[in-house]
This record gives sequence, C-alpha cells and structure tokens, in this order.
Amino acid sequence: MDFKRRGILKAGGAMLALAAGLLHSARTLAQQWNKAAFETKSFAATLKALGAGASTESNQIQITAPDIAENGAVVPITIESAILRTQAIAILIEKNPNTLSADFEIPEGTDPFITTRVKMAETSNIYAVVRADGKYFHAAKEIKVTLGGCGG
Amino acid sequence: MADPMRIRANMAGDKVEVRVLMAHEMETGQRKDASGALVPAHFIQNVTVSCAGRTVLSAQWGTSISKNPFMHFRFKGGKPGDKVTISWADNKGERRTDEAVIAGG
Repeated sequence: MDFKRRGILKAGGAMLALAAGLLHSARTLAQQWNKAAFETKSFAATLKALGAGASTESNQIQITAPDIAENGAVVPITIESAILRTQAIAILIEKNPNTLSADFEIPEGTDPFITTRVKMAETSNIYAVVRADGKYFHAAKEIKVTLGGCGG
Repeated sequence: MADPMRIRANMAGDKVEVRVLMAHEMETGQRKDASGALVPAHFIQNVTVSCAGRTVLSAQWGTSISKNPFMHFRFKGGKPGDKVTISWADNKGERRTDEAVIAGG
C-alpha cells in the first residue's frame, strides 16, 4: 500500500519536472499562462492564486460597465485605476464557472486603464483587482444579466 | 489561420490610443453543440503589445473574454509613424501577429 503511494508520488514528481521543462520551453516562445489562477472558482481563491495575500477595497478604482447587460456574451467593461504605480489590473467575475477573466500587466508609461468585453453567465459582481507597488486593491460592481453568455 | 486583427493607433495628446479587434471564437469549453457534444475550449491565452521594441501591454486571458475580443488602452512613448505590434497565442498553439502604424492626432 505504502509502496504504491511512494511510486505514485515519484511518478507525479517526474511529471511535474517534465511539465516544468515544457512550460519553460513554451515560455521562450510565448508568455506564461497562470493555469491555476484561471481555474479558480471564487474571489478569494483567485486572489490567492494571483499571489495576493490580502486585498484592500479602494475607491480609486473605477469600473465602468452597464448596470444591466441584455446580452451576457458581450459585456463592455472599462477599468481605470488612480492608484499610483499600478502594475496590473485583473478582471474577476464572481459567478462565472471560472472567476478570473483577464489579467493585464501594465508597464510603466502605459495608462492604468483598460477596456475589454467579457462574457457573464448570470447576474454577478465584477471585481477589478489592481496590483500597485506589490500591494493589492479591489473594487466591485454588480451587473445584472438578462441573458447569460455561457450556455447555448 | 485566423483572420487579421483590426488595429487602430492614434495620437491623443502625448499618448498613443490603441483599439484592437481580434478575430477569434473564444470557445469556453462549456458550450454544447446541436448533437449535445461539448465543444472543446479554444481561446486566446496570451496577448502582447509592443511599440519601438518595448512591451506596452501584456495580458493573460481566460475563456470569459468575449468572442472576437476587443481591447482599448493608452500608452506614452510612441510617436506618429511608429509601429504598434500586437501578438496573441491561443490554447491550441495558434498565434497571430499584426501591426499598425501610429497615425497623427
């Protein structure tokens, strides 16, 4: 019994090493993709997977989006941060099958401002999580969805 | 091969305003087709924007970015005539790079 477990652990370790190698070679071609973070299913879990120990609610983050989205498949969202040295902006949709929607890296010289369009499965809170100077801040806005964007 | 992106890059004061529309299905992997079979996920995972050899924006996306993704942002340090280069890569290893010349304000 115990031997078996060791074997599995070892095999798992080897797989991990292999996966790490693959990831590394893929990174030279493209960038990394935070699989763990994109598979999270709650606001707290996503924060953790993004590397945020804690996040402070901030009124310096502005989320511009419709209060009611008629079509959940296309919900325009603008996020603007007035927090100094904003380095990243992430969009989280609480009630989607996977919470994390997008994570934007904002280099110096680029405005802490982003507009994109997201899918929403149902009425939900949208969180904007901002990383500034290594600290995390967030703001939330509820968007009502009359027609979900994830089913068929 | 995916269709080209439509990119608009204009000067707005001292900043470059970029709008991009990509052609991509952005399948979530949760949708079923007419026969009830799950349509496999197919979505853009990484996006990089550069100008004059410098990355001005990079992003990681999940499946909940809308079909035919749109993005709008601004950066400093570009001038009319410079090229804005945008690349994406999806979860099936497909990739595409397009560029646009910054127009005057």
